Amino acid sequence: MNAPRNLPGRDEDPDRLYTVTKGRSRPPEHAFDLVTLIVTEREAAPGMQSEHARILRLCATPTAVVEVAAELGLPVSVVKILLGDLLEAGTITARHPRFAPNKARLPDLDMLKQVLHGLQQL
Amino acid sequence: MVSNSSDTVVLAHRVPLRSTAENALKIVVVGGFGVGKTTLVGAVSEIRPLNTEETMTRAGEGIDDLSAVRDKRSTTVAFDFGRITLNDQHVLYLFGAPGQERFWFLWDRLFSGALGAVVLVDTRRLEESWYAIDRLEQHGTPFVVARNNFDGPAHTLAEVRAALDLPDHVPLVDCDARDRESSKQVLIELLRHLHRLAEAQRAVVEETL
Ligand SMILES: Nc1nc2c(ncn2[C@@H]2O[C@H](COP(=O)(O)OP(=O)(O)OP(=O)(O)O)[C@@H](O)[C@H]2O)c(=O)[nH]1
Ligand SMILES: [Mg+2]
Repeated sequence: MNAPRNLPGRDEDPDRLYTVTKGRSRPPEHAFDLVTLIVTEREAAPGMQSEHARILRLCATPTAVVEVAAELGLPVSVVKILLGDLLEAGTITARHPRFAPNKARLPDLDMLKQVLHGLQQL
Repeated sequence: MVSNSSDTVVLAHRVPLRSTAENALKIVVVGGFGVGKTTLVGAVSEIRPLNTEETMTRAGEGIDDLSAVRDKRSTTVAFDFGRITLNDQHVLYLFGAPGQERFWFLWDRLFSGALGAVVLVDTRRLEESWYAIDRLEQHGTPFVVARNNFDGPAHTLAEVRAALDLPDHVPLVDCDARDRESSKQVLIELLRHLHRLAEAQRAVVEETL
């Protein structure tokens, strides 16, 4: 369980990752969080880059960015670039985490109660 | 849909989220090497813990420039995670983060936007927790401390609290990371702590109004 799976993305020649993203370095406008949920809006088209097509199949149900990375065996950063392409093409939508607590602001009580309740039900 | 054999393998074991899932929350489990982080995540997760990696520059930024992947100054960090469906809308992700100092830049990334953290400690190697606690305090991330009981407690919790120099208001509990119920109680302890903090914060806000 603890031994990291042998992921295709791991220890891989950076040049291949470079190829997956076609060498693009454009930071996506849309910042994805690790837990942004990705939802496919349009099925993969024939001839689409295989990584893009795999993401679209995977996200037929909402799937967090980090799960997409784990399932594809690619580093999170690479996956974010691929997701940026799909978002731009309108083939996916992103459900971003609704709040980001910080030093000044804790999550609201109602939200915390929902989480607590969910855990107690486990 | 075009079928693809490697996808079929990947998708076969998947427990998909509900189609209504729309808001994901994060809790980070930190602690020293081999303290039981992955075990705890796996004990409460509805999926087998998954492993992934992030490449970052030393400056602590996720790389958005792929040339950084080739850069010797970038570091790749593996981490694992699990998840718990809370209700139709909310899902909770648990991240097991390596505790070593050299990974602090990953922590800051993971902690941003996290509800809070669990510091898992092994009393045989308490010193490994100091850095984590220090960092969480600096970051302003609320946390609880859980002592993972490997071979039965050699110290009282009061001794552990003193050794960690832990403020009274930070909860310290015992757990068995292999046990689902015990690990669940650690998360509940964190949520109660967050609730108390949020209530105290609200009281302060109302007073100043
Ligand atoms: N006896 C005992 N063994 C435990 C307990 N918790 C975890 N272990 C074992 O300790 C070992 C390390 O646990 P992990 O969950 O992999 O620890 P980790 O913190 O994820 O380790 P790293 O990711 O390598 O830092 C595993 O072999 C677990 O089965 C416990 O409460 N009691
Ligand atoms: Mg681990």
